[in-house]
Amino acid sequence: MYDKQVRRRRAILALLVGLSLILLTAYFGESIGGPLKTIQRGMLEVFSPIQEGASRALKPFKDLTNWVGDTFDAKDRATRLQKERDALRKQVIGADQARQENVQLKRMVNLNANQDLALSTYKPVTGRVVARSPSLWFTTITVDVGSSDGVHNNQPVVDGAGLVGKVTDVTSDAAIVTLITDHSSGVSSTVQRLNDSGILQTATGNPNDLLLQFLPPKSNVKVGETVVTSGTKSSRLDSLFPPGIPIGTVTKADPEELNLYQRVHVKPFADLRRLDFVQVLTRPHARAVVAKAGNTTP
Amino acid sequence: MNAPPTINVSLIVRLVILGLVAVIVQITAISQISLLGVSADLTPLIVASVGLLAGSVPGAVMGFAMGLFVDTALVQTLGIDSLLLTGIGYGAGRLREARDPSHTLVPIAIGAAATAISQIGYALIQFLLGVDAPVSFLLVREILFTIAVNTVLALPIYALVRRVVAPALPEDPRRRRARRASSVAGGISPLSQPKAPRRRRRRRLRVI
Repeated sequence: MYDKQVRRRRAILALLVGLSLILLTAYFGESIGGPLKTIQRGMLEVFSPIQEGASRALKPFKDLTNWVGDTFDAKDRATRLQKERDALRKQVIGADQARQENVQLKRMVNLNANQDLALSTYKPVTGRVVARSPSLWFTTITVDVGSSDGVHNNQPVVDGAGLVGKVTDVTSDAAIVTLITDHSSGVSSTVQRLNDSGILQTATGNPNDLLLQFLPPKSNVKVGETVVTSGTKSSRLDSLFPPGIPIGTVTKADPEELNLYQRVHVKPFADLRRLDFVQVLTRPHARAVVAKAGNTTP
Repeated sequence: MNAPPTINVSLIVRLVILGLVAVIVQITAISQISLLGVSADLTPLIVASVGLLAGSVPGAVMGFAMGLFVDTALVQTLGIDSLLLTGIGYGAGRLREARDPSHTLVPIAIGAAATAISQIGYALIQFLLGVDAPVSFLLVREILFTIAVNTVLALPIYALVRRVVAPALPEDPRRRRARRASSVAGGISPLSQPKAPRRRRRRRLRVI
């Protein structure tokens, strides 16, 4: 009888481990429209209203716990913010002067300052973050807007501070957003002052340290400079992100590292651990604009 | 001759509800709360607690089901969480069956070990599957902090799981023996003895 119990127990373990391995292998080799991914999308559709309800119900508890944590950090943050404010005040004075010059120069070359073709094609759709992956490896969030709101795969996602990520899976009323700190993410970015471009990737395990890679080796990047999306456009490959979305500031620019690995370290503007609301930049008029651009191109 | 194993419907229902609620609370709230810069992960703690309380087979099945649910709800690679949590549930259950540890602090040690297996195992599987980005050494710090946060939460989570699961479990022989001994010898603890009725003090009137 004991032997039978042992055999039964081991058989169940072997069955479960075998099933897990089969699922892992099948999922890994499956295309985007495969049956397992379709089932996942169906489950997401079923559970997204429950997740949304639970997220709303548990928000006071979440806020309370985060408030306790914030209180401990408040003093350090206040000092840091005062320093930042002083630095920004100086920048604003300089920027005001530059803007006035810019308006005058644009008038001189007959450019319309309001015609920002890249961003005018996007319509932001605001969504609430209803779920988040607990794993250190899959930095994804679930938002409560989906294809019925005009959200599609690969659309950029931002919050008030800057770039957050891109949509990687959509159902009718929910979408999975892969954050820029996910190991599979790569964003074409530019150091704003120098216009030096590279690819922004994460250093897995450290969400506050992104790596701007493949910069020119003799680039003169300095700490504190702003990194934005480059939004490169070519006839073959169109960047997913429009140009000029702020991403973060350079926190470490070691000349040796720049020479050897052609990279600098960037801290994202967005607090990716605490996202309550995000905006998906949908493109309702994309076709019309592309057609218009096609007509004007010689 | 022993009776064939029967299916405990009450236990299954309780485990299903526990698993569903735990995963939803985890992904909608706990994952968004930052403690020491990391988020707690309740799933290995719950699976290990179920293994410790109910045995290896319920622990393994609970681990597989919870892992599958987490991966499905978050549209992650299927099978990774199931594989790890199945091992954690089975291991915790075997520990109970083979050693039957009774110390109060056992759930803390098991919770820490379960979290370590979950976090390190996840990292290893990711490395095997291929990582597109460079990996920071701070990942080690994040893993250690997650283990620390989960270790603090292990005892309350174990108590919660025991509260949910215990009424549906077959009676524990050790507890039954202890109760029998207490009824024969007059109780193992003075606190468990029935209280004697209080005597009312008579007030004496003082004559001044």
